[in-house]
Amino acid sequence: MSETRAAPAHQFDDFEQQYEAASLGMWAFLATEILFFGGLFLGYTVYRTLYPAAFTEGSHHLDIVLGSINTAVLIGSSLTMALAVHSAQVGRRQAIVGFLALTMLLGLVFLSIKTVEYGHKFDEALVPGAHFVYDGPFAPQVQLFFSFYFIMTGLHALHMVVGIGIMAVLAWLAWRGKFSPTYHTPVEISGLYWHFVDVVWIFLFPLLYLLGRH
Amino acid sequence: MTQHVVPRQVYYRVFAALLALTLLTVGAAHVDLGPLNIALALGIAICKALLVMLFFMHLRYSTHLTWIVAAAGVIWLGHLILFSMIDYLTRSWLAFSSW
Amino acid sequence: MNATATTPRVHYLNANYGIASWLLTTDHKRIALLYLATITLLFFIGGAAAVLIRLELITPAGDLVHSETYNRLFTLHGIIMIFFFLIPSIPTVLGNFLVPMMIGARDLAFPRLNLASWYLFTAGSVFALVVMVAGGVDTGWTFYTPYSTHYSNSHVVLTIVGIFINGFSSILTGINFIVTIHTMRAPGMTWFRLPLFIWAHYATSVIFILGTPVVAIALSLVAIERVFRVGIFDPALGGDPVLFQHLFWFYSHPAVYIMILPAMGVISEVITCFSRKRIFGYTAIALASISIAVIGFFVWGHHMVVSSQSVYASMVFSFMSMLVAIPSAVKVFNWTATLYKGSVAYQAPMLYAFGFIGLFTIGGLTGLFLASLAVDVHVHHTYFVIAHFHYIMVGGAVMAYLGGIHFWFPKITGRLYPEGWAKFAALVIFVGFNLTFFPQFLLGYLGMPRRYHFYPEEWQVLNVMSSAGASILGVGYVLPLIYLVWAMRYGAAAGPNPWRAAGLEWQTSSPPPTDNFERTPVVPEEAYAYGPKEEAEVV
Repeated sequence: MSETRAAPAHQFDDFEQQYEAASLGMWAFLATEILFFGGLFLGYTVYRTLYPAAFTEGSHHLDIVLGSINTAVLIGSSLTMALAVHSAQVGRRQAIVGFLALTMLLGLVFLSIKTVEYGHKFDEALVPGAHFVYDGPFAPQVQLFFSFYFIMTGLHALHMVVGIGIMAVLAWLAWRGKFSPTYHTPVEISGLYWHFVDVVWIFLFPLLYLLGRH
Repeated sequence: MTQHVVPRQVYYRVFAALLALTLLTVGAAHVDLGPLNIALALGIAICKALLVMLFFMHLRYSTHLTWIVAAAGVIWLGHLILFSMIDYLTRSWLAFSSW
Repeated sequence: MNATATTPRVHYLNANYGIASWLLTTDHKRIALLYLATITLLFFIGGAAAVLIRLELITPAGDLVHSETYNRLFTLHGIIMIFFFLIPSIPTVLGNFLVPMMIGARDLAFPRLNLASWYLFTAGSVFALVVMVAGGVDTGWTFYTPYSTHYSNSHVVLTIVGIFINGFSSILTGINFIVTIHTMRAPGMTWFRLPLFIWAHYATSVIFILGTPVVAIALSLVAIERVFRVGIFDPALGGDPVLFQHLFWFYSHPAVYIMILPAMGVISEVITCFSRKRIFGYTAIALASISIAVIGFFVWGHHMVVSSQSVYASMVFSFMSMLVAIPSAVKVFNWTATLYKGSVAYQAPMLYAFGFIGLFTIGGLTGLFLASLAVDVHVHHTYFVIAHFHYIMVGGAVMAYLGGIHFWFPKITGRLYPEGWAKFAALVIFVGFNLTFFPQFLLGYLGMPRRYHFYPEEWQVLNVMSSAGASILGVGYVLPLIYLVWAMRYGAAAGPNPWRAAGLEWQTSSPPPTDNFERTPVVPEEAYAYGPKEEAEVV
């Protein structure tokens, strides 16, 4: 069962132009995402510069083991995503579905570990807001740290949820034979989105978890 | 459509490098290197990000235009942070040392 | 005028019938008209808020509305006019319609995304209107903390959601334009043969992409702080309210270039056509558009000079603000030089262009006054600032928008508008505008602060002048609404090129077919290849 696109969309002259446009469009969108997360990175930079001791203090309360495992999990999911794209390029339908499913699975593992971490913070009364309690030094600025922890990782997790949803749709389309070596643009550009989410975590991890661990 | 097909070997090697760099950055965090800690952590993160972007995201095999778009996002983020920090880093300077 | 001008039998307006064919269209031209409808509605709502403001300010006492209500009025005016009118206006109406046509394409790169942009815009506006009906928001369009995060008792979060959704609309439009211009130009349409309108929209799209996300996160943080009571900007926790301002203005300053660059693109097209002369310094104008977009990202701190930003940062921002004036000045010089030895005609679009050049120059120069730190300390947050930006945004951008609507009206509708009424309305708008806003320069210099609804008696004369001007301006804006709608139904047939203008959009019928061109055009020559001086055509 193989349905391949007969022709590019009507505004395009050929598949080459259509792919180039889609890819450029996704990269432009990722540029907006860089700036979106970027505002949070600015806030982090400002407050880390103003309150280095408090940020180090806060960082100690994050679970470096779970964080490291999550980093490896996400990197693994990038590998499986790249392999999914590869499978689409060579036209191996079942491999596309399999690798997409693996990517989703690893994404869910990441989110589960994140949930566990959030649960711990809740138990330790380290969730910013009315119920934040901290009797160590620099308590107000430690709360600031945790605000950034939750907002940055929360926004990242939200992007992962969206990404997993996209993978699900792609897997279904792949199962139905919508992709071929000639046309698999949605897989490629969704891959770009997923890898971007990985890149964001690559920066979040050291900035949040690895401060002053010595 | 003739998009470059990256051999799977490349992907496996990049994956291994990413894991290795992760171990390195976690290990380095436990060693006191003073101001070098943050530089090293960011440097390793940048290497990892470059590996993902160049190979997983196919930047290495993409057009110059794609490079420019990707670079523009990164450079603009740098500019946002740099110019804002000009404010924060100079607030404590005295406006006039003497009149 | 071609006496035998006819309307084609089938074109994009009648190719399909029924409301679904409009609400589910992917034709960039129909989407442009969908935007025109919603934007016009929002313009008059924002204008209504301005009417109430100017009514209040006729008397020195704050006697028409309560202070709290007045806060909500100027906030509503600002938010609607900036986010829901000026930022979208030219790009989504004229840009959507013309960008594919000017480069010889059948549509934008992502037609369905284009429709999604309109739905997002409309959804965002619904939020804004719901907020208005529910009592409004009173933070000013600038949402400064801690008022917006802690103390305001108005619908801050709901408004932010509306602006956030609208921001997505901007981003998708920006992506669409950039990708289209890069990948879908007709054969022979090299970068330096592109109409300057396209260069302007390209530069604008760069700002859409790189700036909008930052205000999105800035406002999101305000909403998060308000809803979850976490203190990102709270000084009690060591937070910095000025951090919000950095994030807010990083976008909101370049946003003003989003508002003016497309307008400049319109002016370039109109000036060259109605001078019947190749534009002077094409390359300089093209590169100036890009320069404005880039340098415009380096000046945002000039809004924060008195907010406890470091004085050294203020100096840097002040210097960059002076620099950004240079490419704009280059454009004004080049437009003026285009007129020299041109065969100038004075149809309505050209009247709007003349108005633009004068009023934008005044507005722009007063921007330099504000960029000087010593002057800014005195006139910050006064009516001087209000006059400055209204000269640029209304005297500049809105006049260019109207000029563009008139210029391309024949192309969009296949009909001619009544030239006499159009000239009259343009003059009414020009007079009304100057009477409204010039006194505000004086008021600001004399010290009248903005956002106050009462003031000392000695400023009443200037305020009354301003309000009188506003009533004239209001009439000026209603006139085109009437005669353009009339002309859509009863105007004379326009033919493909009533202005005998250069440009690919004029090489196809009016209204154009759904796919724009019978055959993909090939571009053999430079833009604006007007021949030797011809007799001015009087329509």
